[in-house]
Amino acid sequence: MATKAFQKTYTQLSAITKATISLQAKGIANDELAVVNGKLAQVVKTKGDTATLQVFAGTEGIPTNAEVSFLGNPPTLKVSDALSGRFFNAYGHPIDGGPEVEGEERQIGGPSVNPYKRRQPSQLIPTGIAGIDLNNTLVSGQKIPFFADPDQPYNQVMADVALRADVDKIILGGMGLSNDDYLFFRHQFEGAGALEKIVSFVNTTEEPPVERLLIPDMALTAAEYFAVDKNEKVLVLLTDMTLYADALSIVSNRMDQIPSKDSMPGSLYSDLAKIYEKAVQLPAGGSITIIAVTTLNDGDITHAIPDNTGYITEGQLFLRADTDTGKVIVDPFRSLSRLKQLVQGKKTREDHSQVMNASVRLYADAQNAKTKLENGFDLSDYDLRCLDYAKDYAIQLLSIDVNITIEEMLDTAWKLFAKYFTKAETGIKQVFIDKYWPES
Amino acid sequence: MKSTGKVIGIVSNLVTVQIDGPVAENELCYITLGDTRMLAEVIKVNGDKASVQVFESTRGLRNGDPVEFEGRMLEASLGPGLLSSVYDGLQNDLTTMEGVFLKRGEYTDPLHHEKLWDYTPLASVGDKVIAADWLGEVKEGWLPHKIMVPFSFKGEYTVKSLAPAGSYNIDTTIAVLTDENGEDVPVTMVQKWPVKIAIKGYKEKPRPSKIMRTGVRVFDTFNPIAEGGTGFIPGPFGCGKTVLQHAIAKQGEADVIVMAACGERANEVVEIFTEFPELIDPYTGRKLMERTTIICNTSNMPVAAREASVYTAMTICEYYRAMGLRCLLLADSTSRWAQALREMSNRMEELPGADAFPVDLSAIISNFYSRAGMVILNNGKTGAVTFIGTVSPAGGNLKEPVTESTKKAARCFYALEQNRADQKRYPAVNPIDSYSKYLEYPEIREYLDENMGQGWVDKVAEAKNLVRRGKEANDQINILGDDGVPMSYHERFWKSELIDFILLQQDGFDPIDCNAPMDRQKYMLELVLDICHREFHFEGYEQCREYFKDMINILRQMNYNEFHSEKFEQYREELNQFLEKHGN
Repeated sequence: MATKAFQKTYTQLSAITKATISLQAKGIANDELAVVNGKLAQVVKTKGDTATLQVFAGTEGIPTNAEVSFLGNPPTLKVSDALSGRFFNAYGHPIDGGPEVEGEERQIGGPSVNPYKRRQPSQLIPTGIAGIDLNNTLVSGQKIPFFADPDQPYNQVMADVALRADVDKIILGGMGLSNDDYLFFRHQFEGAGALEKIVSFVNTTEEPPVERLLIPDMALTAAEYFAVDKNEKVLVLLTDMTLYADALSIVSNRMDQIPSKDSMPGSLYSDLAKIYEKAVQLPAGGSITIIAVTTLNDGDITHAIPDNTGYITEGQLFLRADTDTGKVIVDPFRSLSRLKQLVQGKKTREDHSQVMNASVRLYADAQNAKTKLENGFDLSDYDLRCLDYAKDYAIQLLSIDVNITIEEMLDTAWKLFAKYFTKAETGIKQVFIDKYWPES
Repeated sequence: MKSTGKVIGIVSNLVTVQIDGPVAENELCYITLGDTRMLAEVIKVNGDKASVQVFESTRGLRNGDPVEFEGRMLEASLGPGLLSSVYDGLQNDLTTMEGVFLKRGEYTDPLHHEKLWDYTPLASVGDKVIAADWLGEVKEGWLPHKIMVPFSFKGEYTVKSLAPAGSYNIDTTIAVLTDENGEDVPVTMVQKWPVKIAIKGYKEKPRPSKIMRTGVRVFDTFNPIAEGGTGFIPGPFGCGKTVLQHAIAKQGEADVIVMAACGERANEVVEIFTEFPELIDPYTGRKLMERTTIICNTSNMPVAAREASVYTAMTICEYYRAMGLRCLLLADSTSRWAQALREMSNRMEELPGADAFPVDLSAIISNFYSRAGMVILNNGKTGAVTFIGTVSPAGGNLKEPVTESTKKAARCFYALEQNRADQKRYPAVNPIDSYSKYLEYPEIREYLDENMGQGWVDKVAEAKNLVRRGKEANDQINILGDDGVPMSYHERFWKSELIDFILLQQDGFDPIDCNAPMDRQKYMLELVLDICHREFHFEGYEQCREYFKDMINILRQMNYNEFHSEKFEQYREELNQFLEKHGN
C-alpha cells in the first residue's frame, strides 16, 4: 500500500486480538483507514487516546512494535466508466492484471436515499426461469435473496439470471467465493460476451474473512455511480451474505460485544439493512436491483441471518431439490416476491396472476395427495391427476433449467390445466377460461 | 449558559463527551465536525463524562471535536400543517430536503411559516385558562385544528387579548395571556413539546368504552380494539403484517392517522406516498392523505433516530387528542425500535437482559403503550389515541423478549400465523390464540349490546368456540382418516371452515370485501351462526365436503357484492334455496 506524505505514524501497539489491534494515538477520525505492517485496517472505536482498529487481512504476524500509519480517510473507490469489465479485490484493486482505474475517488458506504425521493418500482426484470418470472416476478429496484442450502447451484442460477436480465450493468460482489466459483463467474461472463457491462469485486475463501466486510459497500458504490450519475439500470449480485454476516460476528466478538441470537451481533438487522436498502428506483430513471444469496443450514430459515434478511428484503427465492423429478426447483410455497403485483397483469398478460394462483394451488393439492399416499389412505381420481400434474409442472415450469418467455410460461400452464383438469377445477375467472383454454 | 464539551470516545454512533458543566438526561447537543453540526442526545452521564447517541453517521469524527449542549430535550413542533406531512424520526420535513441523498446534518423545519390559516377565536378576553385550553381554531383540511394554551404553561392564566378572526401564519401572536404574577405571555399557533414526555392537559383518563371500527372482520367482530385502546400484531415475515396495517390505516375510524414506519423497508413507505394521495377516506370522502401524517425512519436511516420516531409520532397523536379528536397511531415495527435500544445498550457495555436486550425493555414498552388512551378534556369533550404496533419476532418465535414485553402492555393480541399465510388464508390472524381484553370490559359489552344487539359477545364467543371445535375435529380426521371418524366430525370441521372462509378471511384487495361496515358484519355473523345451528344429514364425507364448498362459494359472492344490493339479495335467495334443498 502506497503511503502519503504528512501521515501520522505510530509504532507502539497496546493490544492485539485475531481481528483487531489497539494503540495510543491522537486525533484519529472514526472509520479512518490505516496501514498496519503493510495491512489495511480501519478505526472502529476510540476511547480517550486509545484507538481500536479492525485489520482486514487478519493480525497474524503483527508485532507489538508494528508500524501504523493513518491515511486520514475512510475506504474509497475510484469510480468511472473504466470500471466496466474489470475484476477487483475487496480494496478496489484490480486482480485481472489490468491497470488501476482512474476516476473520482468516493467514500464507500455513503448516505441513504431520501425515502420521499424514491419512486415506486414498476419495471419487470424477466429471467426466463418460470419459478421466478411466473410465480415470483422480479421488479427493478427490488432486493431479494436466494435462500439455498450450500449444495444448491445458487451461483449458477444467479449467473443465468444476471446474464438474461435486461440491465445496463451487472455488479458482482463475491464474498468467500471458492476459487472455483470465482473462475466460474469469470468464465460465464466472458463466454457470454457480456464482460463490458460487468464489474466484479471478489473476496475468495483464500483471502481473510474480515476483508469481506468491504465487498458490499464497494459493489454498491460502483452501482450508485452507474445508477445515479449515469441513470443506468444496475443489477447487483451479492454472494454469499451468510459469509458476510459471519465476518461481522467475528469482528464484534473480538471487540467483546455481547452477542444476541445465534451469536450474531445485536446490530445485524441494521448492518444488513444498510446494504439491502441501497436497492432503489431513482426519480431520474436509474435503478439498483439487488439479488443476493443467503445460504441456509439445512433449510433453517429461523436462524438469525435468514430471519433478519427476510424482514429486510422484498421476498425470497427458495431453491430446493425436488425428489420426485430430480430437478432443482424454485419452491413455489416458500418463495415470495413482494413486488410482483406491481408488474403482474400490468406489464405481463392479463391472466398472469390467476394462472399463477391456480397452478400453485393445484400443486398444493398434489402435496396433500402425496401426504395421503404416504399415510396409507386411498387416493381419489382427483388426487391421482394432481400428482401427475405436479410432475409436469415441476419439470416444465418450476425447474431452474427452464428458459422461456412469460407468454410461453402462461401457455404451458394452460396446456397442463387442460391436460389434467376440468375448467371448474382450476377455479380461474370465466373470461380468461373462454379466452385462453386450449382447444383439444 | 449552555454547557459545552469535547469528544473523548467513539464507537459507531455512541460518543463519549467530556463535559464542563451540568447536562440533563435526554438533553440534546450538537457535535461539530468540520462545518457539519450533528444532533445527538444524552443517554447516560457518569461523572464528567456523558454518553450521547448521535442521530447521524459518525464517520470522520475525532476525539477533541467540540460539543455544545442545548439545554432542551428532543422536541416536536406542534401546530397547523402537521397533517399530510412526511417527516423523519426527528420531525425533519423530508419533502423539502434537497438532492436525492440524505445529507448529514441537514435539518429542515417541520412546519411552513409562510402559509396562512383562517383563524377564528374560541375564547374571550377575561377568560381564565390553563394549559391545553382552546383559544382559537383554524381549519386544517376539514379538521378543526384547535390553537391551545401551550402544554408547558403552569398555573392559571387570564386572556388579556385575542387576535380577531382572520388569516395568519403560524408565528403570529394570536393571544396574549397574563399569568398569576401579572406577566404577559404571547401565544402563537405553534408550540413545542419534548417527545419523550406524555402530554397531560386533560381532566381524566377513563376506561375505553367504545369500539374503533377498522372494517376488518377479525378485528371488529372477533377481537375488537377499543377507541383509545392498545393492540399489537406479531408475526414472522411474509405473513401480511404490513398489508394488514395499511388496511387499518385506510379504513380505521379515526380523525387523524399517524403512521410510524420504524426501521422498515423504504419501498413500503413509497407505497404509502404513492397510494394515499389517491385513496379516498371512507368516512369523509376526502383524500386519505389529508388526515395522515407519516413518520418515516426506514431501516437504513440512523438507528438512534429510529427510537425517536415512535415518540415523535405519539406526541403528534397526543396533540390532536387534546383537540378532542380521535387519533390512530400505527407503528411498524416496534421490534426495530427495541433493537435500536439493544444496539445502544450493547455499545454502552451495560449488562444485558434476555437476547441481549436492555433489562428495562419491558418497562420502556409498557410506558410507551400507556400513553395511548381515551381522555376527557378540561372542557368535558373527549379525545382518544388508539395504538396498534407490529412486532417482528426473531425466527417467528413468540417466546422472545419484545413479544413477551408487549403482550404485558397491550390489551389486544393479533397473532399472525405462518401456517395460515402459507394457505393464503388472509388476514392470517390466528382465530384461537388472538384475543381482545376489551370484550371483558362491562363498558364495552354494554356498548356492543346497544350497537350490535343483545348478547353480541356471546355470539362472538360461540363462533370462536365453533372454530376451536372444528380444528379439533380436523386433527382427529387427519389422524384417523376420512373414514375413521363419525360423520359429525366432518360436519363440525366444515362448519368451522364456513366461519373461516366467510368471516375470518377477507380479501384485502377487493374493493368491497376489504371494508365491512358493522351492520354488515352483524348480518353475516348471525347468518353464518344460523347455518351452524342447523343439523345436516350426509351420506358420506365427500357429500358433506361438496355441500359446504358450494355453500361457501355462494356466501363468498355475498361478501364480494355491495351490502343489500340486488346481486347480494340474489345470492341470499340462492343460499335459502340451497339450504332448503338439503332439508328435503
